Amino acid sequence: MLLIACPWCGPRPEMEFRHAGEAHLARPADPAAVSDAAWAAYLYERSNPRGEHAERWRHLHGCGRFFNARRHTLTDRISATYKPGEAP
Amino acid sequence: MPNRFSFLTLAREALRSHAGWRPQWRSPERPQPAYDIVILGGGGHGLATAYYLAKEHRVGRIAVLEKGWIGGGNTGRNTTIIRSNYLFPESAALYDHAVRLWEGLSAELNYNVMFSPRGVLMLAHGEHDVQSLKRHVHANRLAGVDNEWLAPAACKAFCPPLDISPAIRYPVLGGALQRRGGVARHDAVAWGYARAASALGVDILENCEVTGIARDPRGGAVTGVETSKGHIRCGKLGVVAAGSTSLVMAMAGLRMPLESFPLQALVSEPVKPVFPCVAMSNTIHAYVSQSDKGELVIGAGTDQYTSYSQAGNVQILEHTLEAICEIFPIFRRMRMLRAWGGIVDVTPDRSPIIGTTSVPGLYVNCGWGTGGFKATPGSGHVFAATIARSEPHPIAAPFSLDRFVTGRVIDEAAAAAVMH
Ligand SMILES: Cc1cc2nc3c(=O)[nH]c(=O)nc-3n(C[C@H](O)[C@H](O)[C@H](O)COP(=O)(O)OP(=O)(O)OC[C@H]3O[C@@H](n4cnc5c(N)ncnc54)[C@H](O)[C@@H]3O)c2cc1C
Ligand SMILES: [Zn+2]
Repeated sequence: MLLIACPWCGPRPEMEFRHAGEAHLARPADPAAVSDAAWAAYLYERSNPRGEHAERWRHLHGCGRFFNARRHTLTDRISATYKPGEAP
Repeated sequence: MPNRFSFLTLAREALRSHAGWRPQWRSPERPQPAYDIVILGGGGHGLATAYYLAKEHRVGRIAVLEKGWIGGGNTGRNTTIIRSNYLFPESAALYDHAVRLWEGLSAELNYNVMFSPRGVLMLAHGEHDVQSLKRHVHANRLAGVDNEWLAPAACKAFCPPLDISPAIRYPVLGGALQRRGGVARHDAVAWGYARAASALGVDILENCEVTGIARDPRGGAVTGVETSKGHIRCGKLGVVAAGSTSLVMAMAGLRMPLESFPLQALVSEPVKPVFPCVAMSNTIHAYVSQSDKGELVIGAGTDQYTSYSQAGNVQILEHTLEAICEIFPIFRRMRMLRAWGGIVDVTPDRSPIIGTTSVPGLYVNCGWGTGGFKATPGSGHVFAATIARSEPHPIAAPFSLDRFVTGRVIDEAAAAAVMH
């Protein structure tokens, strides 16, 4: 089980959190204006790297807020957690 | 050539201390400089693809490149549940194609894959489960796939260790039974396909990791692969890399609609036969059968976050064991021997991707997620036809990559939240 540092609440066990997928995927500002392929890419395509991964987490059973984390997907080590809008 | 297995050869070898068996497949150390078709990934799906390519299509020289040993990926790590009672007609067609091939596979390969159609019982614990499983039963019967509804007492008769008392936390309200479903020996599936493919001339290269995909500078077509055993030229490349698919496809510049998660399983100490069927509960997350060695084989869920660690978290195992102890109280004192994980590639709609890609000469078969073992023969069969003809086999066609662009997804996840 991971120990995850919520930027607001501090380190808490993984059980309190929900993983919310890859971070920093920008939703097209005007969905109707983009092609079907671009919209599908936004909705479904993921980096899924073996290495450093920027991802969203939600402190569901705590403050309830979303934040970002940088985690290595082979070691699962979290090197940083940061608030939305902040840099890692 | 490997020996053919028959009653006669077994008797003869028994009489001469089994000294006459030869290796079951050729294992060339070095690859040829070029192949017509290279299959990337020596799991069950990749080996089956190579076998059907060699057997049913005249395509020239074929190689299977495997970075580790064949069957060392999810093929050798899974809980081997086989069934075809999926909700949508496209899925039922694909998985039932596989079950039909399973039924004749040992004879087809002259290799005992120990397919045991002992029945797969999926349990309902709430009104939603009852409605969802009954919907599956009806949809399957319309699609010509066997699946029947059992009341709790009939579930107990079919699976005696089951506790059907109404007092437990998630009482059993009934179950959907597919009698043609069951289990098979996972290693034997990899070995049987490898042996049969090798006998038809397919080169199987183990310890051969693909590290790059070479493409024609003009049209972009695949021209070969960089590997740990050097450059290999090829006309067509079929990627069947399960949890590593995103990494491989990135070598050709493609982003995939996939995420890779650890999925775990565990086995108990071996005991005498006590568990006659496969039982599954999606709601409380427990899957169990008993292997021929006597171990209970138990499947758990995926971790919540993507990872390539091939391990998985202990709380996931605990959750599954709690469920097993609840509905099968006779197992409460059983000791577990070992647990392990594999990396499964999950699509947004929980259906696989089989077909062509935007790169000429590049084909992909992936996204089987937590439930692709059951499809091994069918997957290899339709993928071989897709590669050979450069157009999707009719059963594979709905599972194309571009369904995420057209919106024609096959949403088995929303339909049932089914894991295996
Ligand atoms: C714990 C667990 C339980 C499961 N239970 C079930 C079940 O009960 N029923 C069911 O139907 N399914 C189940 N599954 C899913 C099933 O195992 C998979 O869907 C299926 O095995 C995928 O088959 P494959 O041949 O594509 O994958 P694999 O056997 O993983 O083969 C892919 C191969 O590609 C190789 N490879 C990757 N990258 C490279 C590279 N760059 N170069 C060369 N080779 C490479 C890998 O080494 C690997 O051997 C389970 C999976 C797990 C992990
Ligand atoms: Zn918090």
